[in-house]
Amino acid sequence: MSLTLDDHDRALLDGEAGPASQQAMRILTRMGELFGAESMIDISRAHIDSSIYLGLAGLEFAERLADQGAKVAVPTTLNVSGLDEHGWQAWSVPPDWAENARRQMAAYVRMGCLPTWTCAPYQTEHAPSFGEQIAWGESNAIVYANSVLGARTERYPDFLDTCAALTGRVPAYGLHLEANRAGEILFPLTGLPEPLQHEDALYPVLGFFIGGAAGDRVPVIDGMETRPTDDQLKALGAAAASSGNVGLFHWVGVTPEASTREAAFHGRPPASTIMVSMDELRRAREHLVTARGGELDMVVLGSPHFSLNEFRALAPLLEGERRHPRVEFLVTTSRAAAHLARQAGLLDSFEAFGGRLTVDTCILASPMLPSNIRRLMTNSGKYAYYAPGMLNAEVAFGSLADCVRSAIEGRVVVDEALWNA
Amino acid sequence: MERLARARLLVGTAAEGEALVSPEPLSFWGGYDHLTGEIIDRRHPLTGARAAGRILALPYARGSSTTTAVLLEAVRAGTAPAAILTTEADTFFALASIVAEEMYRKPFAVGVVESEGFARLRTGQWLRLEDDGTIYFVR
Repeated sequence: MSLTLDDHDRALLDGEAGPASQQAMRILTRMGELFGAESMIDISRAHIDSSIYLGLAGLEFAERLADQGAKVAVPTTLNVSGLDEHGWQAWSVPPDWAENARRQMAAYVRMGCLPTWTCAPYQTEHAPSFGEQIAWGESNAIVYANSVLGARTERYPDFLDTCAALTGRVPAYGLHLEANRAGEILFPLTGLPEPLQHEDALYPVLGFFIGGAAGDRVPVIDGMETRPTDDQLKALGAAAASSGNVGLFHWVGVTPEASTREAAFHGRPPASTIMVSMDELRRAREHLVTARGGELDMVVLGSPHFSLNEFRALAPLLEGERRHPRVEFLVTTSRAAAHLARQAGLLDSFEAFGGRLTVDTCILASPMLPSNIRRLMTNSGKYAYYAPGMLNAEVAFGSLADCVRSAIEGRVVVDEALWNA
Repeated sequence: MERLARARLLVGTAAEGEALVSPEPLSFWGGYDHLTGEIIDRRHPLTGARAAGRILALPYARGSSTTTAVLLEAVRAGTAPAAILTTEADTFFALASIVAEEMYRKPFAVGVVESEGFARLRTGQWLRLEDDGTIYFVR
């Protein structure tokens, strides 16, 4: 079968709506042909990851389109940029980088995108509904939209997300199609103590393990007495999409396409089964950590971007306390979540503690950290996964409470009891 | 020249270079320095190796959507691999090469190799990838 185009697709391909949507449609149809799509389908929204500034190529891509008059065809949110637009001067961002990153932000806004600047668009009013066909970039957002919300997006790489947004059309392949959403590997959880099941720190570690073991197959988790929170599912998905290629997971009794194990596997038996016990989790946790004990330079929370509920969990832990003078205490979040947290009074104890906020970006997407930050601690599996290579820093991993305690004491303090049960 | 394996070429044309091979997938975001062409994922077996101009063989791209943007920067900077061979047809690598062609007329070869052929590839082999996808061991 070859790719069938409709009249509108062909008109775009012929350049009837201008050079930008022509190029976008050319790239989309070429991908559709290469990967066996039989048709193109409509999407209702897009999330563009290409907003992250890395260098001149990405900037040229964005400005060339914007200069050609490109406009998005569907409501389109923007991922993090390379810059906290109004707060970068407080950090070590080189001014020439800031100028280029700002130009890249401006180019996407000129195309009509919404300036959301967040890697957690599913925690804004732009979250998709169950069954919606969408085109999202950003690995953690993709896995959340597919798994937790039941929307349908293929794993969009940078630039293809932009092409989808400019045309409102995508090739019908990958996770857009029902048949490709079936579970493939079963991960039964065995012998996880109940206190650990309630603990946020479990979820990045579980995600890190499952991502590494599942590779590019669809994992199905089964066996848990409690229902994870949305933020716990977000942490799991972000870690699984870092250590593996996970664009969709199912969790029996938790996620919407997995009311039963049979439903998760579309009635077929699992291709393989990988048991998850405390041994696997302890090993995964060991693997996630490169700094063991010692003095800390920074505690950083918020990858994916901190949510209002996460601010709500953090605020009481900071009450009446103060960070160690050597330790930076940073939360990375979206403008929207920061605004809501302030209105809810959740930043009072945070500021008294000596905490700092960065919006629009994160420590991986912006060269904001001074070079003396060599040892970080985080509760984020995604930060822990990427920081050693990208920041040349050692990283410690702990729960939210561990992170706060460590910021106060100025050294890595982790409650090991949870993991040694 | 010994015929080593056969690739299904998705994008790009013939390439030649020294092989850099790993059974571990790689995210280029956080895993590849586009200024130098060095692999920087400290958890990856190829960490510290330079992939610029080489034939990089990996099962598929791991993780981040930004892999394609890092590759486009590398193409612009002249630090991209000459070819990327995978065991699974990989949308990220294919898209990066298509956009490199659209932007700079510089696609790199992206090919899929069946796993028996992939198993014959070794780091350090000098390989030639022909237009028809045949992979020759040169030396």
